[in-house]
Amino acid sequence: MSKKMHIKLNVNGKDEEFLAEPRELLIYTLRERLNITGPHIGCETSHCGACTVTIDGKSVKSCTMFAAQADGKEITTIEGIGTPDSLHPLQEAFKEHHGLQCGYCTPGMITRATKLLEENPNPSEEDIRFGMAGNLCRCTGYQNIVKSILAAAAEMNAAKEAAE
Amino acid sequence: MKDEVESRDDRVANLKGMGCSRKRVEDARFTQGKGNYVDDIKLDGMLFGDFVRSPYAHARITSINAEEALKVPGVLAVLTAADLEPLGLHWMPTLAGDKQMVLADGKVLFQGQEVAFVVAEDRFAAADGIEAVEVEYEELPVIVDPFEAMKTDVVLREDLVADDGSIPDGAHGPRTHPNHIFTWEAGEKEATQQVLDNAEVLVEESMYYHRTHPCPLETCGCVASMDKVNGKLTLWGTFQAPHAIRTVVSLISGIEEHNIRVVSPDIGGGFGNKVGAYPGYVCSVVASIVTGKPVKWIEDRMDNLMTTAFARDYHMTGKISATKEGKITGLHCHVTADHGGFDACADPTKFPAGFMNICTGSYDIPTAFLEVDGVYTNKAPGGVSYRCSFRVTEAVYFIERMVEVLAIELGMDAAELRRINFIKKEQFPYKAALGWEYDSGDYHTAWDKALTSVDYDGLRAEQAQRVEDFKAGKTRKLMGVGLSFFTEIVGAGPVKNCDILGLGMFDSCEIRIHPTGSAIARLGTISQGQGHATTFAQILASEIGLPADSITIEEGDTDTAPYGLGTYGSRSTPVAGAATAMAGRKIRAKAQMIAAYLLEVHDNDVEFDVDRFVVKGAPEKFKTMKEIAFAAYNQAIPGIEPGLEAVSYYDPPNMTYPFGAYVCVMDIDVDTGVPEIRRFYALDDCGTRINPMIIEGQVHGGLTEALAVALGQEIAYDDMGNVKTGTLMDFFLPTAWEVPNYETDHTVTPSPHHPIGAKGVGESPHVGGVPCFSNAVHDAFRAFGLRQTNMPHDHWRIWKTANELGLHD
Amino acid sequence: MIPAAFDYYRPTKMDDVIALLKEHGDDARVMAGGHSLIPMMKLRMAEIPHLIDLQAIDGLNEIFIEDGQMTIGAMVTQHDLINHAGLEAAAPILREAALQIADPQVRYMGTVGGNVANGDPGNDMPGLMQCLDATFLLVGPDGERSVAARDFYEAAYMTAREDEEVLTSVSIPAPQGGYAYEKQKRKIGDYATAAAAVQIIKEDGKCTAASIAMTNLSDTPIYSVDAGAALVGTAVDAAALNAAKAAMLGDIDPTEDNRGPVAFKKHVAGVILARAIERAWSRA
Repeated sequence: MSKKMHIKLNVNGKDEEFLAEPRELLIYTLRERLNITGPHIGCETSHCGACTVTIDGKSVKSCTMFAAQADGKEITTIEGIGTPDSLHPLQEAFKEHHGLQCGYCTPGMITRATKLLEENPNPSEEDIRFGMAGNLCRCTGYQNIVKSILAAAAEMNAAKEAAE
Repeated sequence: MKDEVESRDDRVANLKGMGCSRKRVEDARFTQGKGNYVDDIKLDGMLFGDFVRSPYAHARITSINAEEALKVPGVLAVLTAADLEPLGLHWMPTLAGDKQMVLADGKVLFQGQEVAFVVAEDRFAAADGIEAVEVEYEELPVIVDPFEAMKTDVVLREDLVADDGSIPDGAHGPRTHPNHIFTWEAGEKEATQQVLDNAEVLVEESMYYHRTHPCPLETCGCVASMDKVNGKLTLWGTFQAPHAIRTVVSLISGIEEHNIRVVSPDIGGGFGNKVGAYPGYVCSVVASIVTGKPVKWIEDRMDNLMTTAFARDYHMTGKISATKEGKITGLHCHVTADHGGFDACADPTKFPAGFMNICTGSYDIPTAFLEVDGVYTNKAPGGVSYRCSFRVTEAVYFIERMVEVLAIELGMDAAELRRINFIKKEQFPYKAALGWEYDSGDYHTAWDKALTSVDYDGLRAEQAQRVEDFKAGKTRKLMGVGLSFFTEIVGAGPVKNCDILGLGMFDSCEIRIHPTGSAIARLGTISQGQGHATTFAQILASEIGLPADSITIEEGDTDTAPYGLGTYGSRSTPVAGAATAMAGRKIRAKAQMIAAYLLEVHDNDVEFDVDRFVVKGAPEKFKTMKEIAFAAYNQAIPGIEPGLEAVSYYDPPNMTYPFGAYVCVMDIDVDTGVPEIRRFYALDDCGTRINPMIIEGQVHGGLTEALAVALGQEIAYDDMGNVKTGTLMDFFLPTAWEVPNYETDHTVTPSPHHPIGAKGVGESPHVGGVPCFSNAVHDAFRAFGLRQTNMPHDHWRIWKTANELGLHD
Repeated sequence: MIPAAFDYYRPTKMDDVIALLKEHGDDARVMAGGHSLIPMMKLRMAEIPHLIDLQAIDGLNEIFIEDGQMTIGAMVTQHDLINHAGLEAAAPILREAALQIADPQVRYMGTVGGNVANGDPGNDMPGLMQCLDATFLLVGPDGERSVAARDFYEAAYMTAREDEEVLTSVSIPAPQGGYAYEKQKRKIGDYATAAAAVQIIKEDGKCTAASIAMTNLSDTPIYSVDAGAALVGTAVDAAALNAAKAAMLGDIDPTEDNRGPVAFKKHVAGVILARAIERAWSRA
């Protein structure tokens, strides 16, 4: 065992400090240390995206990052997106358009999609299929996921226009 | 009262009952990251267990030394077969009547086999402990080919050969070779041979349905917690059949069944992977008993792909005979089934090759014979039904290829050949040559609707032009029109012929109506994404007249749910859905008596109307179900017990037979072997439709899994028995980029024997989709002489086909 | 999948990185985005007792474009490359290639330096850099030195970089003419079955210069001098394409894997190269 490191993270707006082995992968830090179990483990080789979180503005597969690498960074997980009383438009849209089945990929999907829409608020279907290609789903065949993201984009744009 | 101003249509709509696209109640938690999957469970003092696995596919184990592993900080115990033997737990029964090593007992039979179980304080220490366990192996000859297995002197299972060298019968009868598991037959052998011998047209073809894997995004895992104070064992896990797991755990551990509670929490996809009982479950239970602490075991992705629950691996040879006009007269099918090192197929006991005898498909074939030989090889055990009822994908693939091959032989259009051989609407219930009685169908209507929808004639004209253009050097892309018409057999099944480990395959529902007119219903099934909490409430809403939004559906906890055989083989709607309807009808029957009492009329003078009982001929006189529910708890009604509850155990009289018509239009780049799906049309007939939104979602998902299997997904082995496709780099799961948009359609032919006429749909798109994608690839090359080429149709295999047909010259 | 234990370092100065490499030799590795290295560590195919994270080193994530020369810091990610307007104008092939690497999440983390320095024959950037005649800047105990991308790769995971050196940036002369990066893969996230990077210059309807490199068709990227030469002086007609293909096929040496056998890979390599040349020519 190597010596433990002092690590500071900000997760969903909350500062967290702890000692951890350097080899602790961020996904385990979130799930086991911080009880943030929305991000899931699917493939462990950075193919499936179930563990996707946002780190300093980047969509990252947290199974392929050590907590030590994330030291000092801001992290947003599905738990930091929307609240039960005020869901994010993507969360609403996934519910409305049957964008999920078993739910296992969903936190990673929605977290990734928030970033996609931030970078491209008016995506085409092709943009979405390409921009979501780092997230695997075994249940839906993606068709309703694409539909959900398109709907959320429209909703968010309408809300933005109304506010202006 | 509000009720009085509401129209009947409003009242129906308020129920959100059958037939409406009710939004899913599960989604609130899943979209907020609040699902509760097994790896989310965290208990005080919980330990973590993981396996030392064999790097070899066939080897003797000469020693296992855990000394160094036990020195690793955090490692508490290392279990081996020697530790489990005194408990009688070093082997366990499989669902197929065989037995399987829990931990390697002197030898290993496949790469990745469980050799020792390291128990540690966390998964990091367990991983280090695994590295430190020293195992010495003596390599043995590896047999990965089932045909070779039936010839070789190499014996894989010495435990199944008598001391005198003779071969005792197996669970399914006589065995002819030490590596032979069973021969299973259906139909009439001689009669079929006679038909084939005298056929006007006879075609023979062999095909290999490759080994693949269900690969749900969540792997298998469990948490075992032995409460030594109270003598109670709780086992949470990824179980598609929690009650069956409880019974199995009780039988092999000796813990009385009432002292075992099995819980399936949220499951991250199953597709058949989570039906079986795995060594990880047994070892976790033992480790919890030994340590007195909860023990968690979670597979990693390589473990999952390499060791738990492969699917398919059927080598199929068919002969099909017909008249010159194309009327099919006979069918013969032989299968060599590669079961791996142990026979752990998940099939009903009497069906060692599942329902492979549905292989006459949707066609009126008067005479047929099926013979399946199960064989041991040095591959992982499993043989589960990956998004299909038992071996139905294999059967449907077989017949849908044989029909295409026959069409080629006859020079006929494959759509027309199907049409003239379909079982006719008036022939239902139809007794098939291999034994099944199809409940209902209207194949011609579905087929015509499908072909019209895609402009089939237009597609064929376009394809003919493409062939001309290709020959003229104007294009390097060919076009394939893939067809499939499938009939599924789901909803296992009638207790008279369907059981698993002696447990009849009924299912169950228990309903409690609360005084204020809401309800909870518990079932013996368990959703893995199918949306049971949404759809079963819809069935009940229509049956008992309370809004679906007022009904909680609960599954998966054996302490509270009635006994059931779980969710796989599209059995939830046909069996548990029926139980739900029947339990609802018991509620309604009692409600009728209460209503009659409250309305002061005879029981027969009230009738059910959406959400109430009304006095016949006087609809202004009524009691709503909500009022009746309250009365059930606050009125002393002569002759009627208080309360409003019901339970139903439903033993289905027959299977259900969903069917569908699929068309795929595909372009193929002849030079690179890259296929492009231009269009996919899927018409499904699953009988009565409970929730169209969910049906459509199931179809999209099943088709995508079919696309994966047909076009690249496989568990491949090298000659040494090494798994070549153990991670998601090589095991093909398509992304959103590789998947098309699908067009869905339907017809409705209710099941005559099901209480609500529903047949089940979750697996149809996979069953029908695989041959459709595969037929599209084949069809693209038909004009150039292709008859049969095996899946998966990945780039290089498609390229190879083109190459062998001389299209690169 | 849990990696073996290691010590983690996040130095802020390159000197400290070099000192750590000197101290630990073979037992130390630098890490950029980690998306090649970490999966290998998790599978315990790479055991690295001392892991040096480069994220805090100043200046490694910068992009300069001046005097016809682009300099890209080793820690610039694929995502940065794709979204850099200056690079897109100066060398659009970079963006075209980067978009075909892995998936969005991996591109946020995957770096140019990691991709070129790792020596993985499956990586796309090495062949691309050979096509563009890039130069890699290495910093070591004895100071800096430059190595041409075309001289850098020796075998799979074996490069001209010494254990105590760090690849800090890539310099690319701004390419001229038409370009194409063509890649066949089984799905998003896969390595190439075959990929071709082509830059081509057209003057008066004739090719005056062509640069061609292939990916994942040998144990190193393959810069095919002869394939490029076969196009020069021609109008890039069918005969020239065939000559370039033949020359390229003489240079590659693919091996069989799950993507297919050698004959298939060679055939696809030819097809992909021809398509890349045609597309580059159409843009020249």
